[in-house]
Amino acid sequence: MLIFGWGNPSRGDDALGPALIERLEAALPRHPEWGDVTLLTDFQLQPEHALDLEGRSRVLFVDASVSCAAPFAFGRIQPVRDFGYTTHAMKPEALLAVFRQITGGDPPPAWLLTVRGESFELGEPLSHIARGNLDAAAGHAESLLSGAWPHPD
Amino acid sequence: MAFPLETAAHAANLRRVVIEPVSRVEGHGKVTILLDAHNKVHQVRLHIVEFRGFEKFIQGRPYWEVPVMVQRLCGICPVSHHLAASKALDIIVGARQLTPTAEKLRRLMHMGQILQSHALHFFHLASPDLLFGFDADVAKRNIVGVAAVEPEVARKGVLLRKYGQEVIRYTAGKRVHGTGSVPGGVNKNLSRAERVELLGQIDTIIGWSVEAVGIIKNLFIDHAALYKSFGRFDSNFLGLVRADGALDLYHGGLRATDAGGGTIFDHADYQNYYEYIHEEVKPWSYMKFPFIVEKGTEAGWYRVGPLARVAQCDFIPTERADAERIAFKAFDGGAALSAPLGYHWARMIEMLHAAEGIKELLLDNDLSGGDLIVRGERHLRGVGVIEAPRGTLIHHYRVNEDDQIVSANLIVSTTSNNQAMNEAVRQVAMQYLDGRQLTEGLLNHIEVAIRAFDPCLSCATHALGKMPLEAELVDADGSVIDRLSRDTV
Repeated sequence: MLIFGWGNPSRGDDALGPALIERLEAALPRHPEWGDVTLLTDFQLQPEHALDLEGRSRVLFVDASVSCAAPFAFGRIQPVRDFGYTTHAMKPEALLAVFRQITGGDPPPAWLLTVRGESFELGEPLSHIARGNLDAAAGHAESLLSGAWPHPD
Repeated sequence: MAFPLETAAHAANLRRVVIEPVSRVEGHGKVTILLDAHNKVHQVRLHIVEFRGFEKFIQGRPYWEVPVMVQRLCGICPVSHHLAASKALDIIVGARQLTPTAEKLRRLMHMGQILQSHALHFFHLASPDLLFGFDADVAKRNIVGVAAVEPEVARKGVLLRKYGQEVIRYTAGKRVHGTGSVPGGVNKNLSRAERVELLGQIDTIIGWSVEAVGIIKNLFIDHAALYKSFGRFDSNFLGLVRADGALDLYHGGLRATDAGGGTIFDHADYQNYYEYIHEEVKPWSYMKFPFIVEKGTEAGWYRVGPLARVAQCDFIPTERADAERIAFKAFDGGAALSAPLGYHWARMIEMLHAAEGIKELLLDNDLSGGDLIVRGERHLRGVGVIEAPRGTLIHHYRVNEDDQIVSANLIVSTTSNNQAMNEAVRQVAMQYLDGRQLTEGLLNHIEVAIRAFDPCLSCATHALGKMPLEAELVDADGSVIDRLSRDTV
């Protein structure tokens, strides 16, 4: 299983994805029952990350969002052509589509956990509100790892 | 001073078109176009919101933290900032000459960055426009569209980029937030086993890079009239060259040439860059406009990046890339040298050079040496310059006796290309938009011109659902009379 969080640790609440990964890294040694879990972070989601999806039983993407409901949103995602493609960074749905195109196979079942952020200023720490949202989202991720994954369908 | 189409004479009577944000360049870009009732173009401006907070962010920090901290400026070219900062701090710790192991490891890291960045740009950002046409169906004009039609192109693009990332991981120590380069040298070498592992794929990487040069070269040949004229303009060029005039992306002296190839200055010591380059402020733009002091604000603006570097170096010190440089310069009497789309061709030549350079370095036993760091006489200021994927990148720091950063000044390549990008969009607006009914495809021509420069806005912020592309037609009284929108899915 792969859990992939992304964001810039020096841009305020943009750090929510990597921060959640740090929480799970700290908890992982206490939870052998979580099984084979790979935790990855990066600044942005990029096309070559499609290669990180190979051989995974399931994938959980974690990102900050200014538009999701607080404290977090969670849902299954499917490959989607990203018509917006507005930045160098990709959306996870588009990454799944790239996986399908370059491998010819279906990507692993994937879910997206978006954590509500408020402020994305350079040099700022996580906002107070975002810290609370992170607590809730990390709790949800831990419950998933403990066996509460929804069925892929 | 104002350039043609920079400022309209009677703006209040004109319609306003806004493209915001420009897609497929990270950060925030906005183009505004003022048109009259007959769609005649009167004013075109590219506005880029530049984040200037970083200099303040690092004030008071110990200098040895800086090479790691600056990577957080940008999720696209963190290695370039990592190395430019390290080079500036080399001067501060008195390490003007690094050990062979340290310099070659840094060069290898930089080659990895050039390879992965150029691959990302060409295969994932530019190729949708180039392979499908500038006004193709927007649903097709993205990387997934390329993958659907040209799966091998998309796959090679991903694997080229992945290889560059692996070179970075081996040399920087980590996949992200690497710590490999430190003031005075590096903190690890590359083992023989690591070199053998990277060498295992390099001939394939070189082969794919040759193919990539072929793709863009053939596009120029097959569509010569379009590619050489699209947004074309003359300008000065600026970039580093080695002492013997060779292309050198890691270190050298500053060379500036005019549109005719004449020398403005050559082998200038970049420690004194501020004697050669000044920055002009314009009231309508957050981003400054650098210019060559000797030529002044009107004639001194310049281009940096792959086009400038390949155009003005005397040769490329790897065989296949130099052969491609010669073909590039000879194309139609030098027509590609002034063409914005020539950036793509030059970028792929540099990617080939990086692939060849990686192989040369991996075969060099110095990479596995143990002499990693040097120190010398301490200084209170230092300048580091590197040719980043997008162009000349300048880091300038002052420190105090307590080793804290007192001040910092960064001139990123996109700032150097500010006037040139404005010129490109004005040329395209005149060529394609003037007097015509605007469509999404026509507006994409503006973005094609901007994307050729691969602008990087030092912005790693992303927020889902926050960046649609919108173009609005607004009457002189401010009411929206038409709107084009390409929202994120």
